[in-house]
Amino acid sequence: MQALRKDVVAARPVGAEVPALSISNLMVRFGARTILDAINLDVREEEFLCIVGSSGSGKTTLLRVLAGLADPAAGKVLFSGAEISGPSRDRAFIFQDYSKALLPWRTVRGNVALSLEARNVPASEQDAIIDELLGRMGLSRAKEQFPGQLSGGMQQRVQIARCLAQDPKLLLMDEPFGALDAMTRQTLQNEILQLVADKHVATVFITHDLEEAIYLGDRVVVLGGSPAGVIESLEIDLPRPRNQLTTREDGRFLAYRRRLFEMLAHERPPQAPQRKGQG
Amino acid sequence: MRRLLLGAIIPASFLIIWEASSRTGLLTLESLSRPSDFVVAGYGALRDGSLLLATLQTCETALLGLAIAAVIGITAGTILGLLPTAERVAGPTVEALRPIPAIAFMPLALMMFGFGVGLEASIVAYACVWPILIVTIAAVRAVETRLFEVAAMLELPLWKRMTKILLPAAFARINVGLRIAAAISLVVAVTVEIVLNPRGLGYHLILAEQSLQIGLMWAQIVWLCLLGYVLNLVLSHLGRGPAAVWKPV
Repeated sequence: MQALRKDVVAARPVGAEVPALSISNLMVRFGARTILDAINLDVREEEFLCIVGSSGSGKTTLLRVLAGLADPAAGKVLFSGAEISGPSRDRAFIFQDYSKALLPWRTVRGNVALSLEARNVPASEQDAIIDELLGRMGLSRAKEQFPGQLSGGMQQRVQIARCLAQDPKLLLMDEPFGALDAMTRQTLQNEILQLVADKHVATVFITHDLEEAIYLGDRVVVLGGSPAGVIESLEIDLPRPRNQLTTREDGRFLAYRRRLFEMLAHERPPQAPQRKGQG
Repeated sequence: MRRLLLGAIIPASFLIIWEASSRTGLLTLESLSRPSDFVVAGYGALRDGSLLLATLQTCETALLGLAIAAVIGITAGTILGLLPTAERVAGPTVEALRPIPAIAFMPLALMMFGFGVGLEASIVAYACVWPILIVTIAAVRAVETRLFEVAAMLELPLWKRMTKILLPAAFARINVGLRIAAAISLVVAVTVEIVLNPRGLGYHLILAEQSLQIGLMWAQIVWLCLLGYVLNLVLSHLGRGPAAVWKPV
């Protein structure tokens, strides 16, 4: 399915496609310090783009600019051809710290409903949408539970469900599985791949886990240097649907892993004291 | 129930010793009366309805004052909590007004409202607004910033941000301020009645004292104790609101 869809994309005449997201000459500062400089990057329609980089390299900052939660000092970001001026429901942000991003006084159902309330979906139509989303995310039985009663993996599922309920065109994911155990992480990786394939959304996914980036991505971008810029953009040529065993044993997978690993190993930690990332 | 019985040991034995020492002649002070006398006087006041009417008057005024204080305190506290500049502007004024005893405004309130509900409720409101205001400022500041970012990503309009995110998130803490203020409201209401306002429990208390109905005076003091106890019970149950599962850390 996934491979077929990509063929269709590739068959379009070159240049006719408007990228989902287009970043040009982006510079971001905190006070006097420049965090990101000269970033040029396009995210194609329905592309799954992973961004890796050592901690403090500005990954989260870049994602926040794409969300509209932070402002660039120079350069611009076009989303569907229009410049980003602030947050928008068309772009969903999935935070790493799911426990802080969920409303603890609302049930799972209520948390997902928040997105629908923001979209002014009539109350009579909400239940059907919520049930469908919770079903997809394996949350049906937790519907009336509060976030505090759920495991970390389940809480992150709730946040993803809430973001899908806002009906976004772009998913921005900030190390969403970083705080989860290995088994839960692998399950969620497969679920998110299935979701983005079904919903036909573009995704920018931040992680410091190189294998995760290769496993999920159509492309892996490496941020490095100080101030940070794009030092590598690696097309991932691995068949979809991906499989936790066979994909990870594929020779190309291992070659990509070595390439990225060496790249980041040569990357010196930044000299200046770095502001800790959001996650 | 067992807890209630345990809690009753001290007041009950106190009253029994009091009664016994009064009857055996150990205690001769007339002003102290004796428990059996104020049970009789209290029963009389309950039967003719005067005690209940006074209670109603005091409670409704205290509640009215508390409600006014809650509206002003939560509104102003939210604004000051959200806008650090506003807090810097208004902070010194708040700190200057807060230590003034509410009772000091009684002459002023009397000129403005005359005797009655307005006089009493305004002073109760003045006394109650500070704890609510200060707790609300702190509660609003303590709301997880991530939640505001979630609201921003959903493009929630300001009104929905307030009602769907800010107030529920701050509710548990604001509730603490409301409970403190509720206890203050009763104390201030009774004080205003004792000093000035010819209505309610405080007035009846001072009336009984001035007409040397010592038994009735004691009956009303005991009644106030019970009222305070019940009020506290009600308030601590209100604390377990809709978000019983969620305890703010």
